[in-house]
Amino acid sequence: MSFSVTEPSARTKWFAGLLVVGYAIVTLIPLLWIIATGFKSPADSIAYPPVVVFEPTLEGYVNLFTDRTRATEGMLEEAGPPTTWYEEIVRERGTVITGPSRYGERFLNSVIIGFGSTALCMLLGTMAAYAFSRFRVPLKDDLLFFILSTRMMPPIAVAIPIFLMFRSLGLNDTHLGMILLYTAVNLSLSVWLLKGFIDEIPIEYEEAALIDGYTRFQAFYKVVLPQAATGIASTAIFCLIFAWNEYAFAVLLTSGNAQTAPPFIPTIIGVAGKDWPAVAAGATIFLVPVMVFTILLRKHLLRGITFGAVRK
Amino acid sequence: MAQIRIENVRKDFGAFNAVKSSTFTIEDGEFFMLLGPSGCGKTTTLRMMAGLELPTSGEIFIDGEEVGQKPASQRDIAFVFQMFALYPHMNVGKNISYPLISQGMPKAQVKAKVAEIAEILGISDILNRPVGGLSGGDRQRVALGRAIVRDPKAFLMDEPLGALDAEFRERMSEELRALHDRMGATTVYVTHDQLEAMQMGDKIVVMNHGVIEQFGVPQEIYDWPATKFVAEFIGSPPMNFLEFNGTVGTGAEHVQLGEARIAIPRQLGGESGALTLGVRPEHVYLNDAAPYRGEVVATEYLGTTQIVTLKTEHGQIKARIPSNVIVKEGERTGLDLDARTLSLFDATTGHALRSEANQEVLNHG
Repeated sequence: MSFSVTEPSARTKWFAGLLVVGYAIVTLIPLLWIIATGFKSPADSIAYPPVVVFEPTLEGYVNLFTDRTRATEGMLEEAGPPTTWYEEIVRERGTVITGPSRYGERFLNSVIIGFGSTALCMLLGTMAAYAFSRFRVPLKDDLLFFILSTRMMPPIAVAIPIFLMFRSLGLNDTHLGMILLYTAVNLSLSVWLLKGFIDEIPIEYEEAALIDGYTRFQAFYKVVLPQAATGIASTAIFCLIFAWNEYAFAVLLTSGNAQTAPPFIPTIIGVAGKDWPAVAAGATIFLVPVMVFTILLRKHLLRGITFGAVRK
Repeated sequence: MAQIRIENVRKDFGAFNAVKSSTFTIEDGEFFMLLGPSGCGKTTTLRMMAGLELPTSGEIFIDGEEVGQKPASQRDIAFVFQMFALYPHMNVGKNISYPLISQGMPKAQVKAKVAEIAEILGISDILNRPVGGLSGGDRQRVALGRAIVRDPKAFLMDEPLGALDAEFRERMSEELRALHDRMGATTVYVTHDQLEAMQMGDKIVVMNHGVIEQFGVPQEIYDWPATKFVAEFIGSPPMNFLEFNGTVGTGAEHVQLGEARIAIPRQLGGESGALTLGVRPEHVYLNDAAPYRGEVVATEYLGTTQIVTLKTEHGQIKARIPSNVIVKEGERTGLDLDARTLSLFDATTGHALRSEANQEVLNHG
């Protein structure tokens, strides 16, 4: 029988596959549980033993997007019979809709701040990384270490100085403030990651472009950037995930205007009893953009994680 | 097409001096070789002509215009990189057309031009292929295509055959030379391979440690090296050196090596002290009657010739002789050195001493 030293045996492959599937199940169960809870009735959501098979309802989603109040007889008469499917759901609980909830705008804030800071971070990060990679920057090593050192403590450790600075600058509870803050936190990681990627791009490509009659900026833009696309994409995912999920700063620095979804979701836990299905619905919707973004760029992400391991 | 003139060009990288005050002229239409070992400053010199490095001091003229401090994009030259540096995110056709697009040439014209170049290089059938999967030879052709497509003033090539395997090198060096002859363009070619330099070049500059050792046509450099470095760097096996102490006066026609009196070309200057007699292996003949003696140490069979290594009292010497001569290791024999071809060097400075034979070459080197 012939065998290869590099090709794993069938049994090894089977075992590896089992391990991966097992791991996937373990990590996916909480996610599936959250998604399922969003479609449960409040009773099912806290049933013990937990129910796996249940009658799905959109009550959680309706509650997530609406503000409601317990209705008196008079109010019900005044409002007349329910006209829409979501009013019907609400009436069954003896409540009426008083208006839309603030989840929509909080979600939009998350999108603006998350994607805004990621974009800004990529813009500044690529240019800084390019400069560090290609130019003779005075004190280059010290500067790079300084940039990395900003990452050595948990960002929240400087929450109070930042809070005071933001208050003096009028950045408290503004989109711009949060974008700047998340950009500042992510920039060190971006510069380091991107510098690694740009270092791997042979300088001859740019030199060829310079000789071919392009300016340095054109060479950067037309030749280096397409080569660095993988690095930029994977770095962008890391930045977005941080900005999207960030909770502590969001609680501290935002309240009315620029509050993102993470600090808002816990406040859904209702006035009358704990509304777990609405919380789960909020979490589910909150998951979607990052999931889509990550799936779209997943090839790059994998390469981003192993970058530098193999020199092409 | 253009003449390129380098005047007192110097390049420092921090404290390191890569090129020391070089001056030479590359004539219009010449195939010019910059030859030297790695780290000798030849690539830096080429990159300064291209504008990828700016000289610390000195002037570079392309077509009469001083361009020393101009960026590469304004010099109208083409550069072929050792690793080709084809844009990996573009296909073959796009790569070739890229220099034209930067000039804002209309699309139809670009297409026609690319087709014409592809025809010349024999790569018409791969224009739509990505550059990733191409063979070394095809990559080389695409790189050349990108260089010739816009009719630049000069081609600068940095070891363009260095990344190819032996079989391709041979073919591509012929193709390159043929292409040059067809286009008549000034070409500057950097290499560390002395055979390549002699085979392809109209003229050669030999550099070492940032200094130009010699400048001239291949045969002059081979026959009459200006320094011991050139004598050793060019030729395989290199020139033999016999080290001795002695005196040569003006007009001398002999040197005394131990017991033997060896005829040399008539000397034009006097020198005494540590000297080196240089002789190419093909100018050493085995002759039992000759007074200069050596002992055979080894023989290497090379087909039509063989290289015989002999030990003499002034050092090892290699002789290239026909392979049908039977030579045995350990045998002692006499050596004749062809008087017309010998060079004498000052062993301390390494410079060749002037004789009637080499004075003409040394005057313009």
